[in-house]
Amino acid sequence: MYPEDVRYTENHEWIGEEDGLYVVGISEYAQEQLGDVTYVELPEIGRHVRQKEPVAQVESVKAAEDIYAPVTGVIVEVNEALEGEPELINLDPYGRGWCFKMDDIDTAQYRRLMNREAYEKYLKSL
Amino acid sequence: MVWIPVTNTDEQEMLKVIGVSSIDSFFEDIPPSLRLKSWNIPEGLSEIEAYQRLDSLSKKNRVDGISFVGGGFYDHYIPAVVDYLSQRGEFSTAYTPYQPESAQGTLQAIYEYQTALCRLTDMEVANASLYDGGTALFEAVMLAVRVTGRRKVRIIPGINPIYEQMLYTHTANLDLELEYGKNPEDCACVIGATPDFFGNIHDFTDIARNCHEAKALMIIHFYPIALGLMKTPGEMGADIAVGEGQCLGLPLGFGGPYLGLFTTRKEYIRKMPGRICAMTVDKQGKRGFVLTLQAREQHIRREKAMSNVCSNQALCALRALIYLCEVGKKGLIEIAQDCYSKTEYLKKKLTEFVSVINSKPTFNEFVVRLPIPAEQVVQKIKQSGVFPGIPLKSLLEHCKQQIPSKDMDGNRYGDIGDLLIAVTEKRTQKELDLLVELIRANIS
Amino acid sequence: MDLIYEKCNHRQAFSIPKGQIPEVSFPQELKRQHPAELPEVSELDVVRHFTHLSQRNMGIDTNFYPLGSCTMKYNPKIADVVSSFAGFTQLHPQFLYSEVYHDCIQGALELVYHLEQLLSEISGMRAVSLQPMAGAHGELTGVLMISAYHKHHNNTHKKTILIPDSAHGTNPASAAIAGFQVQEVPSNSQGTLDLDCFRKSMNDEVAGIMLTCPNTHGLFEKDIQEIAELAHKYDALLYYDGANLNAIIGQCRPGDLGFDVMHFNLHKTFATPHGMGGPGSGPVGVNERLLDFLPGPRVTKNDDHIFNLEYPKNTIGKSAPFLGHFLVAVRAYVYILMQGSEGLKEVSRKAVLNANYVLAKIRSAFPPAYDRLCMHECVLTAMPYHDFDVRALDFAKALLDRGFHAPTVYFPLTVKEALMIEPTETETKETLDQFCNTMMELAEQAKQNPDELRKAPITTPVQRLDEVKAAKELNVVHPVNTSKP
Repeated sequence: MYPEDVRYTENHEWIGEEDGLYVVGISEYAQEQLGDVTYVELPEIGRHVRQKEPVAQVESVKAAEDIYAPVTGVIVEVNEALEGEPELINLDPYGRGWCFKMDDIDTAQYRRLMNREAYEKYLKSL
Repeated sequence: MVWIPVTNTDEQEMLKVIGVSSIDSFFEDIPPSLRLKSWNIPEGLSEIEAYQRLDSLSKKNRVDGISFVGGGFYDHYIPAVVDYLSQRGEFSTAYTPYQPESAQGTLQAIYEYQTALCRLTDMEVANASLYDGGTALFEAVMLAVRVTGRRKVRIIPGINPIYEQMLYTHTANLDLELEYGKNPEDCACVIGATPDFFGNIHDFTDIARNCHEAKALMIIHFYPIALGLMKTPGEMGADIAVGEGQCLGLPLGFGGPYLGLFTTRKEYIRKMPGRICAMTVDKQGKRGFVLTLQAREQHIRREKAMSNVCSNQALCALRALIYLCEVGKKGLIEIAQDCYSKTEYLKKKLTEFVSVINSKPTFNEFVVRLPIPAEQVVQKIKQSGVFPGIPLKSLLEHCKQQIPSKDMDGNRYGDIGDLLIAVTEKRTQKELDLLVELIRANIS
Repeated sequence: MDLIYEKCNHRQAFSIPKGQIPEVSFPQELKRQHPAELPEVSELDVVRHFTHLSQRNMGIDTNFYPLGSCTMKYNPKIADVVSSFAGFTQLHPQFLYSEVYHDCIQGALELVYHLEQLLSEISGMRAVSLQPMAGAHGELTGVLMISAYHKHHNNTHKKTILIPDSAHGTNPASAAIAGFQVQEVPSNSQGTLDLDCFRKSMNDEVAGIMLTCPNTHGLFEKDIQEIAELAHKYDALLYYDGANLNAIIGQCRPGDLGFDVMHFNLHKTFATPHGMGGPGSGPVGVNERLLDFLPGPRVTKNDDHIFNLEYPKNTIGKSAPFLGHFLVAVRAYVYILMQGSEGLKEVSRKAVLNANYVLAKIRSAFPPAYDRLCMHECVLTAMPYHDFDVRALDFAKALLDRGFHAPTVYFPLTVKEALMIEPTETETKETLDQFCNTMMELAEQAKQNPDELRKAPITTPVQRLDEVKAAKELNVVHPVNTSKP
């Protein structure tokens, strides 16, 4: 349910390294809380963002939640497939349901994010 | 007690079930020092007494005059079916369709209303309505600010001065710059009205194009009846089109309730304020309707919502829909044409002896400058059972407008002799001739 | 059933008198390209269509409607009759802004003047303006007055409005749209405002506090005196959200409780029809401090009993184009006149009795969120049925099949699986008994036969609808070319 090779935030984003870039999405817990995702608003490519800045939005029939930048960095790619198939976030949150990719990130911030074990403990405390 | 059916026996039985001895127990959390001691509210009236009281109050108002009063609110005819159908209790005593299965009547009506409005304006989407034309304009500006991230708003002179003042009131604590002009540079939006408050018809096609080049939004305020004939906001390239729906089967009612019409482009639907109804299917594949995109709204997104509106004017929107269905495609054109022809007839007759200030074509309203104060003329003509129009100076002063007030072509309004005259399909040739004669007789 | 657009058959229901004035052609360059594709149906088509639509609705006139927070009480028919008098409906609003016409509107001005006085007396506020057009619009108007007040006193550092977590969404949304930052204050385990957290949140930057009282848990804020004192110590203004005024009318008054500004919901407390979601009416009341900031114009009365207008010294301007939703105000006025002093006091007493009766009858199956007596509504939870995979929504839908409108569900957000029930004072004990018995049967069914419950409703014109499809496809306008020929 919660992959080992990525890191997590308290706002339920995950971020993981892939081919030198950092991929961001929302966790299994977040997608379940939202219910069927009906729309995703993705950020502009090239945008410089600071950690905890709202950069994207996911919407379901009963909620709308901001996705925050897990770390400071630059948005370099977005998952355009989500425009036509927002349900990918529900179906495959760590795979085809990724949201955007970042580069030039603050790696110190990245290292301070929760690992799987810490995140699962955090979820239990909610 | 009227309308409260709980009997003494009921009360005793209910208290027993609850396990308290008196209704007073329920109010124990209210600090005794803060309880109501006495108040100056009269004893209740019977229905007969109340009817008579209200009847006599209503008769202290004068509604018997042949009316040429407009100013954004018009004496159009209301077909009988509008009152008859909209007064059904299944409509009037229902609430917001939170449970769509038991509110398909409401929801389908809203969907049909949204459709009617889009067909009328040539815009792509409409919401389920806002309070009135003034708050619709305010919400339009807020949408433009959200979409563009800019703070500057340009107003083309000539919008309803009441709405202009409402816009200032509602944005007073926001960091917006409101100024006159039509240059869209660095602006969130440019606002124009056609017909404008003085009756002039404008074509905003070029200004809308300039807006799009400058990445600003064009907001057009329209008059729904005029759209029977007139170039539409959609055709001119409006990004948001708003208007007052009173003319669509709502009584003048001394100020409301009215109907805020709000339409825009589909790309802005997620940033649009207010309720939206969508078609869908039920579990068995049967067509049905629900409120959609509710995540924009205050009950879900709270302080991040697109607007604070909770209600819409559903019953007023229903009246507008019934009106548009009853007059239909051809009827609306006939009404618009009749308003226009009668206005031209009246204008022509009046220009024989007074000047009309408008320099552009007008739809059903125009301004004449009388050689003596307009209020004096109204005072006299009113005695003969005719309400000849609105003395402009007084109205502009009530809206804190600079006098003279201008339209976009630089014509000046607000002279002490200026009278705003409106004509609807209800006026007859005889009444138009009577007005002409009364004005002629009372200005010398 | 068909859309009206699918019934179009090139008929014309309505036409205007012919041959009066020669037609003048409209300037070609200003004409629309194509006529608006409005329906072309007979008048009988129109009548049947909308009659059928109405039959697909539940209203107070047809069903018990215990929708919490909405005060769905009986709407007296006399109010509809008097508000349709020609002397009210045909009265032109622009007469307001031309003194020369003021002799034509004396009855209307008298009504506004008197209703504002009655509302002031009912609320203990110094003055009332009928301008705001709905509850949320009253909130916005009230917050704009708070803003104007602080600007006037050069309190430019006051940027925050405090709002309890149990508040209606309109409170934070109104504060935000008026340019304030919103800070949430949590509730305590008793369901009222957490006083310690409130104390910690109070500081010089707080411009105002918005409270609903009783709050949305149906509980009276018993620390109200301390809250008011603390607010005023910091020169913050206390806002009363009148959504739940039905619970305390005639028992205590917001003005006496220490509130500086408030709104009324005429459609709730004073029984004007909710109209499928509007029009409402949300007059604002203020005490001495905000008197000069009210929207204008205001109606005044001179020694000769002539009604005139004046503008408050520091008025925020216009909330509404004229004096608010006048025809709604007429209805509320006749309601207050007929209830009178004793009737209004009975309203809150019987509303509270009815709510506590429902609470007592069904609490064994649906435990209250807070274990105490309630005010005009009770907030219960459907959590006991979570293990059977039956939710608050399922109970709501099952009630529709049994001839009751559903309570409010999933609000307040502070209560899991919330069922918020507001019976109002206009229902008989027999109706309440039927409703309670039905709720108890449903609770049993949730355990015995949860599948059946999850299928509900099945007797309504449609069954549960696909909201995901609606949001994804966004079919919000019927396209022209799909009309049947």
